[in-house]
Parts: sequence; C-alpha cells; structure tokens
Amino acid sequence: MNRLSGYFFQRPKLVTLLLLSLPMIYMLVVYLGSLVSLLVNSFYYLEEFTGLVVKEFTLGTYAQLLKPTNLGIFRRTAGMALAVTVMDAIVAFPLAYYIAKFASPRLRTYLYIAVTLPLWSSYLVRVYAWKLILSKEGIVSWFVDLFHMNFALDWILSIPGVGGSSLSLSPLGMFIAFCYIWLPYMIVPIQTALERVPKSLLEASSDLGATPSQTFRNVILPLAFPGVVAGSIFTFSLTMGDFIVPQSLGTSRFFIGQAVYSYQGTAGNIPLAAAFTMGPVVIMIVYLLIARKLGAFDAL
Amino acid sequence: MTKPAIRFEKVSRHFGDVIAVDAVDLEIQDGEFFSMLGPSGSGKTTCLRMIAGFDRPTSGRIFLFGQEVSNLPPFERDVNTVFQDYALFPHMTVGDNIAYGLMIKRVPKDERKKRVDEMLDLVQLAGFAARKPSQLSGGQRQRVALARALINHPKVLLLDEPLGALDLKLRQQMQVELKSIQKRIGITFIFVTHDQEEALTMSDRIAVFNQGRIEQVGTPSEVYEKPATPFVAGFVGTSNLISGDVAKRITGSEKTFSIRPEKIYLGSLSDAPSEKMYSATGTVRDVIYLGLYTRYLVNLDDGGELVVIEQNLKTTSMDVLKTRDQKVCLSWDKEHISRVGG
Repeated sequence: MNRLSGYFFQRPKLVTLLLLSLPMIYMLVVYLGSLVSLLVNSFYYLEEFTGLVVKEFTLGTYAQLLKPTNLGIFRRTAGMALAVTVMDAIVAFPLAYYIAKFASPRLRTYLYIAVTLPLWSSYLVRVYAWKLILSKEGIVSWFVDLFHMNFALDWILSIPGVGGSSLSLSPLGMFIAFCYIWLPYMIVPIQTALERVPKSLLEASSDLGATPSQTFRNVILPLAFPGVVAGSIFTFSLTMGDFIVPQSLGTSRFFIGQAVYSYQGTAGNIPLAAAFTMGPVVIMIVYLLIARKLGAFDAL
Repeated sequence: MTKPAIRFEKVSRHFGDVIAVDAVDLEIQDGEFFSMLGPSGSGKTTCLRMIAGFDRPTSGRIFLFGQEVSNLPPFERDVNTVFQDYALFPHMTVGDNIAYGLMIKRVPKDERKKRVDEMLDLVQLAGFAARKPSQLSGGQRQRVALARALINHPKVLLLDEPLGALDLKLRQQMQVELKSIQKRIGITFIFVTHDQEEALTMSDRIAVFNQGRIEQVGTPSEVYEKPATPFVAGFVGTSNLISGDVAKRITGSEKTFSIRPEKIYLGSLSDAPSEKMYSATGTVRDVIYLGLYTRYLVNLDDGGELVVIEQNLKTTSMDVLKTRDQKVCLSWDKEHISRVGG
C-alpha cells in the first residue's frame, strides 16, 4: 500500500490523468460525440416524398433555415433572449449589490438561500405557476380588475409582438416568466464580482472627491461588469434553447426550441432540427468569445 | 497664530459596546509630520478614518484648519489618504489612477496629463503611466498611491500604515523618501503605524495611542527619553520599570520610574558612582551576546531585575560570557530616568 502511494506520489501527472480519465471520456464520447452527430445530421436531408432521411451531404437543409418563417423564429428567439438578459441585469444588479455590500453576513446567507431556493423546485411547476398567475382568471387579472385598469391591460395586450389573447398566452407573459426563471443565474455572478471589490476602493474613490454616483459609475460598475456579462451567458443561452415556456405561455409563433422539438418529433425531420440547433450553438460560441474578451470568466 | 491643521475636541467613537476612541483631544500643526503610534485596536486608525470622513465621531468635533468637518462626507474634505492596501483601481492604468481626483473635478485633459507627469517624476515612476497596477511591484504601487493622493494638493495627507506590506529594505528606503517628499511639499502628513522605530525615524511629533486614548504626545526624543506612562515606556523601545520599595531604595521615592537599558553602565563593585548617578548592585543572571551589543539580565540585590545593553566596543563574546553570575554595580545618570506616574 505504501509503495503504491509512493509510486503515485512521484508521478503527479499520472495521478491527474487517472483522475480526469472518466470525465474526459464522458466529455469526449457523450458530449462532444453528440454535438458532432448533430453537426453531421444537419448536412443530411429529408426526402419529402418518402419521409425518410437521406444520408447524403447537402447544404439544402441549411438553405431551408433562410426561409422567412424560419428567420423570423431566429429573430424572435434572439430578441427575447436579449430582452430577458437586459431586464434580468437591471433587476439583479441592485439585489446583488445589496447582498454583497450592505447585508450582514447572517442576512447574506438567508438572502443567498432565498435567491437560489426556487432552483430547488421543478422548473415545470414554476412555469405552470406563472401560467396560472397570468391567466385570464388569474391573480394579475383580478388585481387589474380591482383597480379598474382593464383598459390598460387590453391596450398592452393589443400591441403586436408584445400582447396576445391574454397575458398567459403572449410574448409579454413569456418575457415575465423567463425573467423570473433565469434571475438567480444573473444575481449570483454579479454578487460574486461585487464581493471581490474591496471596500477600500470605494473609500479611495470618495476620498479622491467622487460623490457616491460618480463612484458607482467609475469604480463599481466597471468592476462588476464582468459579472453582468457572466450572468448574461446564462440568461441568454437558457432563453435561446428553451421550449417549455414558449409552449405553455406563448402564441402560435414558434421559438427555436419549439421548432427543434416539433421537427425532430412527429415530423421526423432530424436534419432540419439539427440545423436549427446549430444556429444557437454558433450564436453562443460568438457570444462566449466576446464574453471572454470582456473578462466574464474571471467573475464565475 | 495660524489655526492648527487638525484639531480634535473630545472626540469619541463607539462601535456598539466597544469604545474605539475615548474622548481624545489633539492638535496637529500645519506642516507637521505627525505619527499616530499604537498597537492594533488602540484607536489610531479609527482617528485617521474620522479625519478622512470614512467614520463619524459618536461625539466630539473635528476641525480642519478651523473649519468643522465632523460630519462632512469624505468627498467634501480637503484631505487625501494613502491606504494600507494601496486601493489602486485595478481596471485603470497608473496614469488614470493618479488622474482620478482631477478627472472627478473635470480638470481639462492636457492639464491632467501634465500634472500626472509631474507626480510620476516626484515619486520616481516616470514612464509608468500606461501600465496597470497589477504589473507593478509593491513598492511601485505604494508610490502610485502616494502620487494619486498628492496630485489633489490636499491640505493634509493621511497615511494608514502605508509601509506595512513592504520588506525591510524597501520600507527603510520609503521612510526616507516619504520624509523628504513631505519636506519638499510642506503639507501636514499624518502617519499611522504600529512600528515604533518607523515613528521615531520619520516624525516631528508622535501621539502614542492605547485603548482609545492618547498616552503621550511629544517629539520622538521626548517620547523615547521621557515616557509619560508605563505603557509608553514599554511600547516605545524597551524599558526597565522600577517601582515601590526598590524604587525608594534607589532614588529615595516610591514613584515608578523607567530607565532605558542602554543608559545603564555595568561596572565592578569597586567602582565608586558619582553624585550625579543612581546606582544599584546585583548579580548577572544571563548574558545574551548579539554581536553589535550584549544584553545582560541583572538580578538586583534589592529585588527586581534590570535589562542592561552594552555596546561591544572592546569586548568579545568570550569576555562578556565570563560576567555571568558575577556581582556587578549598575549606575545611571539621574537625568536619564523618567517618572511614569503611579
């Protein structure tokens, strides 16, 4: 036993290799393997007449993505992802700032639990909870009715691209649910980034004549920005790929996730589903490269 | 009569039940290099933070050149601080860090650049403007922090243990440099430190803090030669404290006095001490040879013990070690004792 320990002690590289081999095999075979298979499938095409997948190289499937309806799906999804990211950043920042800089250590623990607790419950349950809250007979409508604000709600719901038949079946409803569901993923990295800003930097700034708002703009915001970018990676990519929220709260206009879901399911058009998936993958690769440039990975 | 740069009037600061600063009165003159010396938790840093405006006094008032500033926020006070951890902005270059105060005051860009260059010259960092703080050594960061504070022409510069993180050689070099910069620009420096040697080297005057109070304010030689309290005698350098019966037998008074180990002559019993000297006999209990000097521990015949330090002018280690267990006569100039109350 001792000799074995000694053997490994003198060969740290071998130990690292042994420890990493299992996750490495998993990453290579299961994770990268399925991505490659996805990529390969996206170059096949569906024979419309027989409904069978033809395993021949073609760019035809990608050409289908350029149809106006499909481009609309990309635009809609990316637009939603962007809007959710911006909103989450705006909501998360003050919360994260309070947790990181003002809350006592005890309170901080409770707030931290409060922020992450929703992640313990099923995602589906939370989406359906929102469906109930936003539905025509739900609590939001009840409140609106109570204050006789129905005209305002009707006006909002009549805006094309935002409204729908009810809050629970509209882009606005999806936006609200998305913002809620991904919010913890934005708060935590911003809080981490803010916690790393030493108090003395803020004191130094005010010592050098900066008012609190100047300190915020010149010191706090630039130093917390990598955290915002890190959080946006989550909010953006999770919104991009999601199909549950659009399905339960959305209108008949598809999002990427729904398109993939329906093409690979009953339609049996695996190549088109694969091609659809490559869209967000490419967008996220570009996004991550930019995020790395902005220092987001230091804040994780 | 010019107004003092800083005046404390019965200033107290409580943190819950803890009294960090306890009714401190203090005056610091314009152009002084003033040190606040004390162990950690003695209230010196809290005093500094109250001058800067990071803390407010629980009671009492603070004046800056006659104007009360007790409740002004830091950004409305004409003082600047050099922080213990330097607190340089990591996302800015050295030049932008130094120009920060001017940028906030909307000083035009070309003037900013000119003054930054002057400051970089002053702290001997010309050509470093484009670097990031992370690319600098500890000593260089220290200089940037100094330049960033001085560029605003503060009325008073506050330094919070700025040399604590530097190694000994660099620290000694910076001590000399800080002192010469202060002489050149002539503004008041308030320097917080727990290092008595640093305080003695650099200061015009020193305030010795203990448990939220000031034990003594004086020039380095006053504080060293004539400590006012047992605490000062023990904290600034090493000292022998003699009290009670032993004190009475030696000096004729029961009052506690302190005598510095290096002021004591170590002689043989046959040496007759002069009129101007106090003397006591004893036995050498221990001898510690330290190259430059030797430290003797002497048990007095009257009770108590004294530490004596003698420079090794002619003696070698062989000579000094022979004195162990020998009877000796200790004597010292009457002027060299300091009554420390009690």
